[in-house]
Amino acid sequence: MKPFTYERAKTPAEAAAAVARQPGAKFLAGGTNLLDLMKLEIETPRHLVDVQDLKLDRIEPTREGGLRIGALVTNTALAADTRVRRDYGVLTRAIVAGASGQLRNKATTAGNLLQRTRCPYFYDSNMPCNKRKPGSGCAAIGGYSRQLAVIGSSDQCIATYPGDMAVAMRVLDATVETVKADGTTRAIPIADFHRLPGDKPHLDNSLEAGELITAVTLPRPLGGTHHYEKVRDRASYAFALVSVAAVIQKDGSGRVAFGGVAHKPWRVEAADAVMTQGAAAVTARAFANARPTDDNAFKIPLATRALAATIAEGKSA
Amino acid sequence: MMSEIEMSRRGVLAGSAAAAALAAAPQVEAQPAKAPAPATMPVSLTVNGKRRDLTLDTRTTLLDALREHLKLTGTKKGCDHGQCGACTVIVNGERINSCLSLAVQHQGDEVKTIEGLGTPDKLHPMQAAFVRHDGYQCGYCTPGQICSAVAVLDEIRRGVPSHVQADLSARPQPTNIEMRERMSGNICRCGAYSNIAEAMADVAGASV
Repeated sequence: MKPFTYERAKTPAEAAAAVARQPGAKFLAGGTNLLDLMKLEIETPRHLVDVQDLKLDRIEPTREGGLRIGALVTNTALAADTRVRRDYGVLTRAIVAGASGQLRNKATTAGNLLQRTRCPYFYDSNMPCNKRKPGSGCAAIGGYSRQLAVIGSSDQCIATYPGDMAVAMRVLDATVETVKADGTTRAIPIADFHRLPGDKPHLDNSLEAGELITAVTLPRPLGGTHHYEKVRDRASYAFALVSVAAVIQKDGSGRVAFGGVAHKPWRVEAADAVMTQGAAAVTARAFANARPTDDNAFKIPLATRALAATIAEGKSA
Repeated sequence: MMSEIEMSRRGVLAGSAAAAALAAAPQVEAQPAKAPAPATMPVSLTVNGKRRDLTLDTRTTLLDALREHLKLTGTKKGCDHGQCGACTVIVNGERINSCLSLAVQHQGDEVKTIEGLGTPDKLHPMQAAFVRHDGYQCGYCTPGQICSAVAVLDEIRRGVPSHVQADLSARPQPTNIEMRERMSGNICRCGAYSNIAEAMADVAGASV
């Protein structure tokens, strides 16, 4: 690990200013992803601003009838919250499908949104990777791509966003609240938070330098039945090959987002519109412009089947 | 003569950092500008009920602070990347991977390690159950397994939901399938899983 200095910020604005002021500075929350990447020297911050004292660890009702989740609420606390379990079951289900108990106890809501890709070529610093080292090339294209993106990828990057929580937040149309170094705040719809790789695959999301996530808000509950179907190589503690987050209403309508298939949680509203026509109709629209590799083309029929299983589960609920 | 010098250099290098820097001084001029000394910081935390005050390189993980600085070598370093669970300790009542946490993040925290759970004369009920059910072979993952298992039963008692729970509004039960799912962050290369789950069921049955 490269040497770094460390400080603890007292307020969100102070933390944002501290990171913006110092070149090579980064926020540190739970650290479960950042420390891993620092040990491999994929991340080499020169200064860490620990945000654990910012008192952003509460879940509160909003005036609009939703929930405001503090950036530092742990995965475990968010999944266990009785309001989340009752009204946003898809979110609890997605969180407990990810990582391990130890990691969920430390991982935070904001940190989980910022989890970096698990593309093996991003992790292997002997390999070219446009995300790790812009302009160096992409060893994943033409390489071992079974886990990687089937849609929304570019000629420079076929990495996937690896998380589960954000896939549920995409189905719920959550909003990411932030504060910048100058103290101004903004609200970013989750749909616009994660980016597609395009020609700038080193940028995972739309945050500016020094911009700190303070909360994630959920709109009013959608009702319906909530599902998170995750298909992976082992029954627990593995990243998704394909995951399906869905909220299905009594009349068969609903909404769905897919994980493990793209550089961001993948939801196509035009595909939601044909939910009553069944899984194949939905995925035909959701994956209309897919460009899978030979290794990962299986993900598209797998997404159809996982969604079909989800719809069947919704009918029997 | 030459070997004597080498011997003494080795001795000096094994001594204090300041002495090592002096011994290396003649070579420094020929080298490019030296990197600044790594940052160190004071850290105070409570480990197994005892307050410990340390001054650490900021890069020191909680795992290395426990093993290398406090000589509590019961907690094991397996993968050092949060994939195996051998480093699991209980911090402020919750299990975490001590390899993926910096010691400086734990200022004022209460840490419990395998050494704090029980002693050879007075085993923690989970330690006794692991012995009774043969919950290990080589034993390397065992301290992490036991810390995790103790915390899992507490999580079930507190109603923390899991992936295998059918009804999210119901209270989780200490069933075999729950143990297996909740222990998936602890890898056992010897494959003692089924005995570990039985040891946990034994303890859960005794206390629920």
